[in-house]
Amino acid sequence: MSIQERQEEIIEEFAMFGDWMYKYEYIISLGKELPLIEESKKLDENLIKGCQSRVWLDAQLKDNHIHFTADSDAIITKGIISLMIRVLDDLSPSEIINSDLYFIDRIGLKEHLSPTRSNGLVSMIKQMKMYALAYQTKINNG
Amino acid sequence: MVEAVGSKFIVEEVRKQFPILKRNINGKPLVYFDNGATSQKPQSVIEAISNYYSNYNSNIHRGVHTLSQEATQAYEDVRLRFQRFLNAKSSNEIIFTSGTTGGINLIANSFGKYYLKKGDEVIISEMEHHSNIVPWQMICNQLGAVLKIVPVLDNGELDMSAFKKLLNSKTKIVSIVHISNSLGTINPIKEIVELSREIGAKVHIDGAQAVQHMRVDVQDLDVDFYTFSIHKMFGPTGVGILYGKEDILDEIPPYQGGGDMIKTVSFEKTTYNELPHKFEAGTPNIADGIACLEALDFIEGLNWEEVHLHESELLNYATQELKKINGLRIIGEAVEKASLNSFVFEGIHAYDIGVLIDKMGVAVRTGHHCTQPLMKRFGVEGTVRASFALYNTKEEVDQLIEAILRAKKMLG
Repeated sequence: MSIQERQEEIIEEFAMFGDWMYKYEYIISLGKELPLIEESKKLDENLIKGCQSRVWLDAQLKDNHIHFTADSDAIITKGIISLMIRVLDDLSPSEIINSDLYFIDRIGLKEHLSPTRSNGLVSMIKQMKMYALAYQTKINNG
Repeated sequence: MVEAVGSKFIVEEVRKQFPILKRNINGKPLVYFDNGATSQKPQSVIEAISNYYSNYNSNIHRGVHTLSQEATQAYEDVRLRFQRFLNAKSSNEIIFTSGTTGGINLIANSFGKYYLKKGDEVIISEMEHHSNIVPWQMICNQLGAVLKIVPVLDNGELDMSAFKKLLNSKTKIVSIVHISNSLGTINPIKEIVELSREIGAKVHIDGAQAVQHMRVDVQDLDVDFYTFSIHKMFGPTGVGILYGKEDILDEIPPYQGGGDMIKTVSFEKTTYNELPHKFEAGTPNIADGIACLEALDFIEGLNWEEVHLHESELLNYATQELKKINGLRIIGEAVEKASLNSFVFEGIHAYDIGVLIDKMGVAVRTGHHCTQPLMKRFGVEGTVRASFALYNTKEEVDQLIEAILRAKKMLG
């Protein structure tokens, strides 16, 4: 599935929720799923520190595709992270670098990405693209 | 001026003066409990800003034309009003700044550079806002002075016996918050001043959270410096006051250079203007400065005995109701406490609560409140802070409690 198809799928899922409460209950349920990152990788070097909540992010390259794992101490942040990973996981570095994440806006969660929210999500997207850039350089250099 | 001094404080009447309080958020009436960050503004303040721009906008202190004279007069009248508000001896002791942060940076740089030498000590506390930590840290690093920290007790009060032990002949300035923005603790300023006097140290008090909750008399407190922001006391953003004793302000050098703060300028030598203008380089925030008058009218028109009663009733009610919530822990239970509550939940992140109760119309602050060392001291990443103002009601506290319970259910 392409990045666009993945985003459209999420947008469709969220269209079902009429009330904010159902939307957040869904995000919370996503956030409550098992920790997305191994405890051993919850290292300071993988920590993206926001003012409000902390996010850990790890990326591994396998068969020229990047696999992300992440976690946060806040459940709502974690739920949104799991959506981001659903969109960006298992793609080539160039696909990630060129991605345009419009689904957050479309499902009405843009406020969580405002730089002033400082919940680590903006930095997380930046960091995901940085990993992609680093791995692409690595692939290009053979 | 509102002639309400001595008359009954009726919260419903006061609320009518604040247009924003009529707003709905997500279909629910707004409950604004983020007053520690900034207070809302009465209609009179909002109108004063527009009136200034509509009728006498011009630069102050130098124009000979009518508009400039009117604006200068209005701006300087506000200075006189702040002198009266604080019971300062002279209007030369009232310096306009951009806010508390601007004021503290001025003191740290101007006073700090003049007074501090290598090995001297500056005392702050563990409950300081970052803006009463970082400027001192910067100046101490520059000059080789040492920053000493007064610890905080488990109930959120300052450890005064530790403070006494920290004071010594090397202590040059003590810079402490009047009311903690994270805990609500009201610190014993008079005692801090008396103890500091014994060893000849100067005292700065960060009054950012105090001026909206109590009347401050700088002569009675006998502080050397007192700083605060007007936007937290029902006035506009971008204006602050630095009070300083005249003899000290006279002695210390200017902070920033530029227009307005000079007497004569040549490339060989510049002579500085007199107080208070010596510390006010450049065109100030005239519109907001002038609108402060309305904020002062509002505050001085209140019956403060009744405001205190109302605010402490709110605090007691909120504390009692919050404590009924399972897994909720209040951080900071000082005996002398202003009307705010900081709290954490077992197993629930403050951010999650903040996001969900906002959807239910309740505005609180979550996070470290710019007091990271204090959060570390209490072993928490951050708290939820509900900070009340005189226009808040018990019904709003009920809405907060209801929202928290609903959010907890969703998260639990």
